[in-house]
Amino acid sequence: MSLATEPKGTFLEVWQGRLRVSVKSAGQGPPLVYFHAAAGLRWDDFLEGLARHFTVYAPELPGTGDSDPHDIYQVDSLWDLVLIMGDVLDALGLREVPLVGHSFGAMLAAEVAAHWPERFRRLVLIAPIGLWRQERPVTNWMAVPIEQMPQLMFRDLSAPAVQKLLTMPQDPEQLVMAQAKLIWALGCSGKFVWPIPDKGLKKRLHRVRLPTLLVWGRDDAVVPVEYAQDFAAYIQGARTLVVDGAGHAPQLEKPDQVLPAVLQFLQG
Amino acid sequence: MFHLMPYRDLPADFEQRYHSVWVDPPWWELADAERVGQYYNWTLDELTYAARAGLDGICTNEHHQNAYGFMPSPNLMGSALAKATNGLDVAVVQMGSTLPTTNPPIRVAEEYAMLDCISGGRLVAGMPLGTPMDVNYCYGIPPMEQRERYREAHDLIIKAWTSREIFAWNGKYWQLPMVNPWPRPIQQPHPPVWVPGSGSITTWDFAIDHEHCYCFLSYFGWQAALGVVDGYWNRVQEKGKDMNPYRLGFLQLVVVSETDARAEEDYGRHVEYFYHKCLHVAREFAFPPGHHDWESLVAMVRRGGLGGLTSLNLREMGFRDFVKQGCVIAGSPETVRDQLREVIKRLRVGNLMVLLHIGSMPHELTLKNIDLFAREVLPHLRHIWDDEGWENHWWPQRLRSTPQHVG
Repeated sequence: MSLATEPKGTFLEVWQGRLRVSVKSAGQGPPLVYFHAAAGLRWDDFLEGLARHFTVYAPELPGTGDSDPHDIYQVDSLWDLVLIMGDVLDALGLREVPLVGHSFGAMLAAEVAAHWPERFRRLVLIAPIGLWRQERPVTNWMAVPIEQMPQLMFRDLSAPAVQKLLTMPQDPEQLVMAQAKLIWALGCSGKFVWPIPDKGLKKRLHRVRLPTLLVWGRDDAVVPVEYAQDFAAYIQGARTLVVDGAGHAPQLEKPDQVLPAVLQFLQG
Repeated sequence: MFHLMPYRDLPADFEQRYHSVWVDPPWWELADAERVGQYYNWTLDELTYAARAGLDGICTNEHHQNAYGFMPSPNLMGSALAKATNGLDVAVVQMGSTLPTTNPPIRVAEEYAMLDCISGGRLVAGMPLGTPMDVNYCYGIPPMEQRERYREAHDLIIKAWTSREIFAWNGKYWQLPMVNPWPRPIQQPHPPVWVPGSGSITTWDFAIDHEHCYCFLSYFGWQAALGVVDGYWNRVQEKGKDMNPYRLGFLQLVVVSETDARAEEDYGRHVEYFYHKCLHVAREFAFPPGHHDWESLVAMVRRGGLGGLTSLNLREMGFRDFVKQGCVIAGSPETVRDQLREVIKRLRVGNLMVLLHIGSMPHELTLKNIDLFAREVLPHLRHIWDDEGWENHWWPQRLRSTPQHVG
């Protein structure tokens, strides 16, 4: 769309120089941090929308996106990953910022916020993973054939932002790299959630003493909407927005409802 | 002789009715424990029979939650075989305990040392990475960690066998305060190590750099294997190693009967059962993201190769197609020995592994196949590499008098 919000890529040397973390940023206004979902960062319409009001900083999970694919081997555990994100925030000089995450990125946001609630002002978790109900398990998205991914992720495939996201490059070489990076990103994020995306967040979530907005698609086929109640029960005072007609990416499927609600919450 | 220990009585419409032969085939609908007990006993009998018939080695392997081949503990089988074959010049080839999922990995060092002791130094120590189905799905290891865990387990096992000092292991995945396994193997410095692989370049390098035997396990025949095997030998040369054919193991399906026509009659439906049912693996189970390292992944995507185990449309193929493709070598002893000789020479295989029990083959027919192979085929293959004068460093020392090993 508009080149005005084409993100700028930078690399931050962190983790005692063992990692060069790629950070994309765009926009104007006060800073905001965004953590992407399991398939890697795409600068989508939602981020463009946020960037009209904030300077959005979106670090890429080590190994994914523009970073060195082998960087993932420097991250041994979820504990490492949380502290690496602390290094990234330090390097960006960000304090008391709003933090937004989607799916895997929302789980990471919740972990980071539970560790350092004082570093953040507000928290938006869109369809976070990280909890587990035995009778209503989270779908193992890594076990879904890649061509069935869109049906799993989205309730509304016709939404323009979804269509844009699903458009792959025409150039054959770019297409190869895009596909490989997508699969690799799932592998990298999978390191922190396989085989069951419950790594003890339920014991830590109470430490998120921040104004929090939970956003869920009513027809989320990855993390069923019931999980919103669980997150709300652990995070005191959390507000919940359930979006009708949306799946696992309500911010792309129903942007007219989600973006204004998120902006209002962040600016409130 | 290689044996998978498959479920031999799957329903005729198995591949239409069920999602996958691996990970999620429903035990309670499909299987019967009494019958399975019979299969395990037949399997032990068939391998022991092969040892008595003159094959050089007998192989077991580890797989989980499937009807394709379910020896979850190959060392339980290997132990019975080691005992049953004492006094015979036959290697006990464990292909073997899966390194990333055996916890802690010194369990492999211990059990293999037990097998080496029980067998009087006849163990070949297979060190498999494990399939994604077994390691990631059945045993819950993150795909991204599988290769790192494998390399650490390998280094720990070798050190546990060879170190004269008790040592502490401070690894990324395992920590042990005082490593001092009892027993240690008879073979010194340690039993020969075979590394099974399916064609990834990182596995070649690993095997070559550690002076292990690389075993290409493919069910799609020697023509399909040419690319991988030639690539492996190129890599051996690039690394300045000798072209000793015993650096390579290769698995081939083989069925022998009195005549070519009789081979089709005897084995046709069992070969089809294997390719149609036993290899009916759901694609997503075979390729979880992170299982292949970055370089292999890019190469696979570029080849358009995320489609499945093979580009062959197995379900559309019948016995004659599998023979034509070289997936299975079938026929009279003359036919089989001529083709195997060509395979051995062309691929430069020192350690040929033959799958002589295939799919639904009943016990008696398996014995027939073993018998014909051992009497009419094997003697003609033994001396293929004699004129080049190589020593098989990847074979138990005390069994090395026989050249060209066929197990």
